[in-house]
Amino acid sequence: MDQPEGSQLMRPAREVGLIGYGAYVPRFRLPASEVARVWTEGASALPIQEKAVAGLDEDVATMSIEAARNTMARAGIDPTEIRAVWVGSESHPYAVKPTSTIVAEALGAVPNTQAADWQFACKAGTEAVQAAMGFVGSGMARYALAIGMDTAQGRPGDALEYTAGAGGAAFLIGPAEEALAVIEGSYSFVTDTPDFWRRPHEKYPEHGQRFTGEPAYFKHVTTAAQRLLEFTHTTPADYAHAIFHQPNVKFPQRAGKLLGFANEQIEAGLLVGEIGNTYAGSAMIGLTAVLDAAKPGDRILLVSFGSGAGSDAFALRCTPVLAERQGRAPKTRDYIARRTEIDYATYARLRGKLVME
Amino acid sequence: MEISRHWRLQQQRYGLVGEVCPHCDIKIFPPRDVCPNCAGEAKTLFQFSGRGEVYSYTTIYEPPEGFEGNAPYTVAIVKLEEGPMVTAQLTDVDNNRVSIGMPVEMVTRKLREDGKRGMLIYGYKFRPVWSHQSANQLAA
Ligand SMILES: [Zn+2]
Repeated sequence: MDQPEGSQLMRPAREVGLIGYGAYVPRFRLPASEVARVWTEGASALPIQEKAVAGLDEDVATMSIEAARNTMARAGIDPTEIRAVWVGSESHPYAVKPTSTIVAEALGAVPNTQAADWQFACKAGTEAVQAAMGFVGSGMARYALAIGMDTAQGRPGDALEYTAGAGGAAFLIGPAEEALAVIEGSYSFVTDTPDFWRRPHEKYPEHGQRFTGEPAYFKHVTTAAQRLLEFTHTTPADYAHAIFHQPNVKFPQRAGKLLGFANEQIEAGLLVGEIGNTYAGSAMIGLTAVLDAAKPGDRILLVSFGSGAGSDAFALRCTPVLAERQGRAPKTRDYIARRTEIDYATYARLRGKLVME
Repeated sequence: MEISRHWRLQQQRYGLVGEVCPHCDIKIFPPRDVCPNCAGEAKTLFQFSGRGEVYSYTTIYEPPEGFEGNAPYTVAIVKLEEGPMVTAQLTDVDNNRVSIGMPVEMVTRKLREDGKRGMLIYGYKFRPVWSHQSANQLAA
């Protein structure tokens, strides 16, 4: 069934959904108070409690592999059935050479698969989910894997250093009949907004300070959410859970409030206070925590945000098979509880901030 | 190590893929195409579970070239639950918390970087059993 002329809701001809989901968070945690201790003698307000930091032997490829293995454990399908492996990130290990082929090889999905890396700041993962909806929904493929994962870096002492964390999630998209959550529709809202960027060969990003709030995050997130609600004829009361991109604790809380969601609807998916802003992984890992806790029939609203700028919004509905797949891999909360606190010096070593030569 | 050798080793190294002998069912790692038990031809690929236990270990304080960034780290001989022994780095563990008999599980990690400009080399390491345990607890 084609979409009617002029329709802005994205819904494939064949209904699709999530067959499996999986998260990854590295074990190290840097308390925001440590960043404040080093740079402001503890005087700055803390946007989060602590952030997750990748180990010396971890990067977006290895973290994606573990999230994808969790996803495949929940999906219970043969990896050779996958026809696309897509990784969205702004911290791909190579400047040129795909992360996706490394992940596909480790999963045993090669060679009969599409593979590609995606970019768009913090919404690189959700756009891969939309593309997977198209691949599966058109009948071109039965299964497609979409990953959002980052090991984001902020300039030492910058506001972003408190929050730039590591982690993310993977989703296997497939036919709705096999799904643990059906995707009822998606909507994207993008404009050319210069709130945050990083030029080639620069290690750390630049941002437009106060410009990042109203015209960037709030405008895109709330518009995308509102229009999706309108197009799907739903209201906030219809949703058990809502997840918004999480650069800090306050932004998603306020976005939820502006849209008419209660705190209880956003708390299961609000992880930034404990793991930091995981960029392309941020909204997606929030969804994994919600799926761990959700019940069949629950509706879930997911809205990402990527600087530059845009939001992808999704309406999902959980099915009865969710309950039997939840326990097949570690829960996102298990990863958050697996925690080794580090100081700023160890963080500086782990993140390559020490000059060795 | 030259690029072509890294490439040939990828499948076994990313996912712990070995072989199973079609004659006596012995599991083989690393793959060698000939069964060490019955000397028959053994080319059937076998995906190991990744579970095993620490058989012996040593902590490296003065690492070989290319591994300096990771030191100190612990290298272990791991006895896989299917039988074979593999030598690998341990990860996600404090060096003073390793013990003989410790249950471990395979993860794929970055083994080393070939300098600032060269390839990134990925492969299996082992960490204290965590994910299978927590998944089983949830299922129970
Ligand atoms: Zn044999």
